[in-house]
Amino acid sequence: MAKWDYDGPILEIENLSISFFTRAGEIPAVMDFSCIVQPGEAMGLVGESGCGKSTVALGVMQDLGKNGKIVGGSIKFKGRDLNAMTVAELRDLRGSEIAMIYQEPMASLNPAMKIGRQLMEVPMIHEGMSEGDAYKLALEVVESVRLPDPERMLKSFPHQLSGGQQQRIVIAMALMSKPSLLILDEPTTALDVTVEAGIVDLVKDLGEKFGTSMLFISHNLGLVMDTCDRLCVMYSGEAVETGSIAEVFDRMQHPYTQGLFRSIPLPGADKNARPLIAIPGNFPLPHERPEGCNFGPRCTYFEEGRCNKGEIPMFPAGDRHETRCLKFQEIDWTAPPDVAVKAEKTQAGDVILKVDTLKKYYEVAASALFGGGEKRVVKANETVSLEAREAETLAIVGESGCGKSTLAKVLLGLETATEGHVLLENNDIAMTPIERRDTRTVADVQMVFQNPFDTLNPSHSIGNQIIRVLEKFKVGNSQAEREEKMLELLDLVKLPREFARRMPRQLSGGQKQRIGIARAFAGGPKVVVADEPVSALDVSVQAAVTELLMDIQRESRTTMLFISHDLSIVRYLADRVMVMYLGHVVEMGSTDQVFAPPYHPYTEALLSAVPIADTSVEKKRIVLDGDIPSAMNPPSGCPFQTRCRFKSEVPGGLCEREVPPMRTLTDGHQVKCHLEQEILDRMEPVIKVHAAE
Amino acid sequence: MLGFFLRRFGVMVLTAMCLTLIVFSLVNLQPNLEKLAKEQNNMRMTDQQVTIWLQEEGFDRPLLTRYAEWAGNFVTGDLGDSTRFRKPVSEIVGERLYLTGKLMFWVMVVMVPSALLVGVLAGMREGSFQDRSLSTFAIATTATPEYVSGVVFTVIFSSKLVGLQWFSGSASKAMDGITFYNFTLPVMTMAIYGMGYIARMTRASMAEVMTAQYIRTARLKGVSFRSIVVKHALRNALIAPFTVIMLQFPWLLTGVVIVENLFNYKGFGWLLVEAAGNNDIELLLSCSVVAVAVVLITQLISDIGYVYLNPRIRVKS
Repeated sequence: MAKWDYDGPILEIENLSISFFTRAGEIPAVMDFSCIVQPGEAMGLVGESGCGKSTVALGVMQDLGKNGKIVGGSIKFKGRDLNAMTVAELRDLRGSEIAMIYQEPMASLNPAMKIGRQLMEVPMIHEGMSEGDAYKLALEVVESVRLPDPERMLKSFPHQLSGGQQQRIVIAMALMSKPSLLILDEPTTALDVTVEAGIVDLVKDLGEKFGTSMLFISHNLGLVMDTCDRLCVMYSGEAVETGSIAEVFDRMQHPYTQGLFRSIPLPGADKNARPLIAIPGNFPLPHERPEGCNFGPRCTYFEEGRCNKGEIPMFPAGDRHETRCLKFQEIDWTAPPDVAVKAEKTQAGDVILKVDTLKKYYEVAASALFGGGEKRVVKANETVSLEAREAETLAIVGESGCGKSTLAKVLLGLETATEGHVLLENNDIAMTPIERRDTRTVADVQMVFQNPFDTLNPSHSIGNQIIRVLEKFKVGNSQAEREEKMLELLDLVKLPREFARRMPRQLSGGQKQRIGIARAFAGGPKVVVADEPVSALDVSVQAAVTELLMDIQRESRTTMLFISHDLSIVRYLADRVMVMYLGHVVEMGSTDQVFAPPYHPYTEALLSAVPIADTSVEKKRIVLDGDIPSAMNPPSGCPFQTRCRFKSEVPGGLCEREVPPMRTLTDGHQVKCHLEQEILDRMEPVIKVHAAE
Repeated sequence: MLGFFLRRFGVMVLTAMCLTLIVFSLVNLQPNLEKLAKEQNNMRMTDQQVTIWLQEEGFDRPLLTRYAEWAGNFVTGDLGDSTRFRKPVSEIVGERLYLTGKLMFWVMVVMVPSALLVGVLAGMREGSFQDRSLSTFAIATTATPEYVSGVVFTVIFSSKLVGLQWFSGSASKAMDGITFYNFTLPVMTMAIYGMGYIARMTRASMAEVMTAQYIRTARLKGVSFRSIVVKHALRNALIAPFTVIMLQFPWLLTGVVIVENLFNYKGFGWLLVEAAGNNDIELLLSCSVVAVAVVLITQLISDIGYVYLNPRIRVKS
C-alpha cells in the first residue's frame, strides 16, 4: 500500500539539479532548486517559459523522459526520497499520492476511451476497487467538481465536452484517490477568463476541503496570488526568490521579481503617465547562461566584478523568505521606477473607420464529411456598429466565440459581410473580398497576428519578407529604395539592421512579433487590427512589444483595433472599449466608462474574473455558471441571459424573449441590457484599490 | 446511414461504368477485333471474310450501342460467354473467385495479426533494439516482391537443392482441398510481402500515440506499461493502420495474379491472365467489374470501421 503517515512537510526538494542530455551535450534545465511544501499548503511556481518550472514538476513525478536526468539533490515526498524509488514503487505513488493536472485538457484525455473508464481506472489500479464501487466514486467526484448531469458525463467521450468541462474532468481524475500532493501545470492557460475563474474557485475549494497540498505552476502572477499561500519565482533554471505571497508581492527582494511586476499592467498603470517598464534584453538560452547571476545582464542594479563572479546562493531575507541576490540589502526597494518619458495624450481625429449594423453569418452543413442534412447557421456577428477615429485605440474584448476575430476578418476582407456596411473613409468595403481590393485599401487595413511563430515564412530571410510586402503595396520605385525603406522599418521596430539577413528561426518570439508589426506598418496603414498581439509572448517581453506598438501608433496616428481577452492590458492602453458576447456588442464606451459602474452584467463578470497581481486590490468575486453557449444555437432573447445573475431583476421574462436594445447611458456609453436605470446605478465597482501603505 | 450506403453504391456503379467503358473501348479497337475474328475462325481468313464475320456478329455497330447492350445484359445477370473456356462467364468467375477468396482469407488471417503484432511491439518503445530489429525485418519483407520471394521460398522449402522439401511448390492440389503441405508457400509469399507495409504503418502510428499527452496522463496515473499499451494506446494506434489494411485488399488482387500463376493455383488472378492472354472480351469485362466491386466494398468497410474505431467521427443520418 502506497499511503503512509508522515508528520513533516509533504514535499521537500533540496538542491535539485536536472539536466537534459542531447547530442549537443548536457543542458542544465534546473539548477540548485530547493523548496518545501507543507501539508495543506499551496505553493506557486512562477516564471517565464523555459525557466524550468515544468521540469521541476516532471522531476517530482520522476517522468523526465529518455534524455532528462536528475543530476543532483533530492526530492523527498513525505520523507521518502523519490530518486531512490523503484519503478513499481513510483507507479504505486503516481495517481494515488501525487496527481497532476495538465495544461491542455483535450490532449490529456484519451480520445478513444469513455470518461467514466478513465476515471474509474484510478481507484481500480491503486485500491483494487471493484468496478461498481469505482463507478459510484466517479459519480461522486464528478459531482464535486460541479459538473452537471454526472451520469451522462461518465458515458461521454472527451471530445463531446467543452474545454472547461474537460479540465474539470482532469481535476476529477486527479482527485479520484485523494492524493496528498496535487501538481497543477498551467491548468487554465488554454481556457477563457470566465471559465478560468470557475476552475480557480474549484481548485481553491477542493484544496480546503480535502487538505491537499498543491504545487501550482503558472506564468500568471495574478492567478498565483489568487490560489497560493507561498510562491517561488524562477528565472533561467534557478529559484530567484521564494516566500509567502504577501512577502514577495509587497516586499520583493529580487530585481527580476520587481521587473516582472513593473512589466504587467496593474490597475494603477497608464500608458501616458505611468507606462510599463519592460525588462531589457532577452532570456538567456540554457547553454548561454552568464557567469554569476543569471539575471545580471538584464538587471539595472548590475555591478561589474561582483554580480558576474562565482555562484550566488540563496540569502534569507525574512520569515521563510529567500532571495538569490547579492545586493538585496543595498537596493532601495521602495524607490519609484524611473519613468523615462511621459507621453502626451494624443487627440483623436476624424472618423476613419465606421462599421454599421454589420452581420456575418456562416452556413455550415450538419456533417461536412457526408454532405446532406440540415444547413445550420452560425451567427458570428450580429448588428455590430462601431466608429473608430484617427490615432485612437479601440479595444474589442470578449472570450472565444464572441465574434471578435470574425469582425477582424471582415474588416480585412478575408470574409465578406452578410449584411451591413464597413466604411473606410466613406468607401464601403464590407462586400469586397481582399482579392478585389485595390493596393491602397489593402495597405490601409493591416493586421498584427496573434501567433508570431507561425506567421513568418521559415524559408525566407526577414529582409526579403518585408521587401516583399513593400513590393505588394507598391512602396518605393526601385529595389534600392525598398531596401532602404525596409531598414527604416527595422529601425522603427527597434531591431538592429543586421536582422534583415536573419532567418525567422534565429529570432525570439518578441523579435518575431516586432517583424509582424513592421510588416503591418509597411504600407502606412490607416487602420491596424492587432489580434491578441502579445498573448503568445512572455510577460517581460509583452511590455516591450506593447510599448512599441503604442509608440508607433502615436507617431503615425494610426487607428488601432486592439483585440484581446486580457482586460488588464486593455485598461492600460485603450481609449475606448467594446465588449462583445456571442456576436453582440453588449457594452461600448470610453475605457473609464466601461471599467467603472454601471456595467453590463457580462462586463462585470469579466472584470471580476481577471486575476490581478496586486495585494492592495480587492475584487468582488462573480463566477459565471456554465459555458458560453454555442453560436450555432444561441439562447433566445438576450444572448447573456443563460448566465446572467441579474436575470431575475427584469420582470416578465423579458430577457428570454427579446434582444435588449442598445441604450445610451451617458455620453458615448452604450449598454445592451434590459435592466432598469436604478439597478444599473446601484452597481458597485468590481475592483477596489486600497490606498497604498 | 441508409443515405450514406446509397451514395456509396451510386459511386460504385459509376466507377464500374467508367472502368468497363475504358476496357470495352480498348478491347474493341479494330486490330483487336480482326485478331478476334481470325482466332475464332481460322488464321488464314481474308480481310473480306473478316469484315463479313464482324458484321454478322454485330461488331460493326457504334461502340456505345454495343456497350449499352453489354451493360444491359450484365445488369440482368447475363455476363455473356467466354470464348476461352466455352462456358458462361458467370459460372467461371464465380468458381474462380471462390478459390481466390480462400487464398485471400488465409493470407489475411496470417498477415494482419502478425503485422499488427510486429508493428505494436516495434512502436511501443521507439528507438529500442526491439524496434530496430523488427523494423529492419519489416522493411526487408516489403522490399522483396512476390516474384522474388516466391521463387526463393520455392527453392528453400520445396526443392531438392536445399533438401528441406517441407512444402509443395505447386498449389494446384489446393483447389480440391487445402493442406499445410500444398498451401503454405502461396499464402506465405503473399502475406510476408504485405505484412511489412502494415507493420511499418502500425509502428509509426503506435510510436506517435506513445508520445501523446494522454499516454503521459495514464503513466502518471500509475497505470503499468502493459496496461498503457493494451488499454490506452492500442485502440488509438489502430485507427490509422485499419485504413491501410483495407487498402491491402485491392492490392492483394494484383498480388494474386503473380502468386496464382507462380504456384499454378487457378483462381481469379490466373483467370485474369487467361482472359487477357486469349482476347476473351466478355470475361475480361466481368473481371474488371469484380475488381471495381472489391475495391469499393473494402473502402466502404474501411470507412465504417474507421467510424467505429474513432469516436470523434460519427455518420449522421
